[in-house]
Amino acid sequence: MLVGGFIVLLLIFLIAAILVREASASFQAFGFAFLWGTQWNPATNIYGVVPFAVGTLLTSGIGLLIGVPLALGSAIFITTQAPTWLRGPVGTVIELLAAIPSVVYGFWGLYVLGPYMHATVEPNLQHFLGWTGLFGGTASGTDVLTASVILAVMVVPTISAVSRETLAAVPAAQKEAALSLGATNWETTRVSLIPYARSGIIGGIVLGLGRALGETMAVTMTIGNRDTVPTSLLSQGQSIASLMANELTSTTGPLQYSAIIEAGLILLLISLLVNVSARLLVWRVLKVGGGIVE
Amino acid sequence: MRFDRHARRKWFSHAITVLAGLSVLVVLIPLASILYEAASIGGPAFSPSFFTQTSATPCSPTPGHPCSLGGIGPALQGTIILVGLAGLISVAVEVAAAVFATEYRGRGLGRAISFTADVLTGIPSVIAGVFIYTYFVLYDPTIVFSTLTGALALSVIMIPIVTRTTEEALRTVPNSIREAALALGISKWRTTLQIVFVTALPGVLTGALLSVMRGAGEAAPLLFTAFGSRIFFQGLNKPINALPLLIYNFAESPYQNWIELAWGAALLLIILILVVNVLSRLMIQRMVRRMRGQ
Repeated sequence: MLVGGFIVLLLIFLIAAILVREASASFQAFGFAFLWGTQWNPATNIYGVVPFAVGTLLTSGIGLLIGVPLALGSAIFITTQAPTWLRGPVGTVIELLAAIPSVVYGFWGLYVLGPYMHATVEPNLQHFLGWTGLFGGTASGTDVLTASVILAVMVVPTISAVSRETLAAVPAAQKEAALSLGATNWETTRVSLIPYARSGIIGGIVLGLGRALGETMAVTMTIGNRDTVPTSLLSQGQSIASLMANELTSTTGPLQYSAIIEAGLILLLISLLVNVSARLLVWRVLKVGGGIVE
Repeated sequence: MRFDRHARRKWFSHAITVLAGLSVLVVLIPLASILYEAASIGGPAFSPSFFTQTSATPCSPTPGHPCSLGGIGPALQGTIILVGLAGLISVAVEVAAAVFATEYRGRGLGRAISFTADVLTGIPSVIAGVFIYTYFVLYDPTIVFSTLTGALALSVIMIPIVTRTTEEALRTVPNSIREAALALGISKWRTTLQIVFVTALPGVLTGALLSVMRGAGEAAPLLFTAFGSRIFFQGLNKPINALPLLIYNFAESPYQNWIELAWGAALLLIILILVVNVLSRLMIQRMVRRMRGQ
């Protein structure tokens, strides 16, 4: 049994160890310049992670920008505003979003969302918001923006579920105190529920960020897969995860292979960091709020 | 004046309710659209041969020349074999790990393991594939693309999930049962295995079921391991297909009959996952109620 317990711990170290080993060739060749290299060129054998780091951060960032308000809105609706009979069913349906496989999201992005973005959303963005410079280039439907919208849909169930759980963990006395002072429904939520659940909600958002950073299939199928730094939201790009999905098994040489693994190692470290901080935040609220966990 | 201010506050509160309700509706649009597309394109593809045959040669219909569809037999068989094997591997490891984590908690190590399992759940699934791929490229390149490596990659994803759900199931077992067993002079490890574990068995099985369904939807870790194939199972050391892999490969193809098969596979996958999700929810509810003696 002791051995079994250690396997989970061991697994994480084993993954890190083998990635470090395979990334060492790339690290020796480029050193820290890998971190700010904007070139990814198999012909000259020069590799830098910036195009994919930008692709990953941009899609996740915009995904959260769109997804967070929706997730918080639905969490607040379910925990505080909806009639009681509606709460369970709506919560369950939103959680179903988490059960749909990411490759199906990608498929939907490729055949439904992408063409819609191409025909309707992107021309309008170019027409009305073109002056911001964010929407240059030609609209194609498979680009950074489409990948971001897919990610927004995918992070909603994660953020919404954690927010709901932490909002529900707020002691009833907090809410009753605000109501007894004559606060309206929204004022109660704002002054007593949200501050109490704040770090749990932030934890949920960070957890959603972790999911977005590492999402592979949906992004691979919608981002356009081009190994350059995106110049606008309508450019094709590549995230670290989609780089691995597209190029790991078809490398031109050992150095490119090693560089891809090094990019993967960076993704692993970022997502470890993100997940550890998210769990700590969520655990803290649930532990304080009414002793639900411990 | 006072009345006006009060009315404004109430009005504002109602407006927030409407906004929050709207965000729920916006979130449900993609879900409805995905289900509609999968059912309307994939539904007509369902027939007995869809589940048993191999896919037909690629073609797009022209007037007077309809395409034969074939089926997704190899992918369905592959998914069953892959998640079955991965399930066996993970359950063996996970059960040991979770029993250890719950029954020996309070010693720090148990907490560390469940925390690590939580964090491991958040690691991008593509990393699991990269890990197994690089490991086998290093140590046994002949079976890099095989059923065995596919199952191993999936089990890396499934291990932390069942570790957590098993731990939660063990936690619902009332302490009085443990104390009763210990009071009868039964040793600690036998109490854990034969009393606590057997009591929690429905919950443990539910966890295993949930992780199997998560594994069934994963494509990213299989890209570099199971790899995909258009024929039925050839042996543990040969490549094999899976439903998510088929969706990815056929979705990106230009052939209409393959795209139709991909929608059919997507519908099948969604139905499987939703049914198992609902069933396991019911099982968990029943178990919790039984533990509370209601």
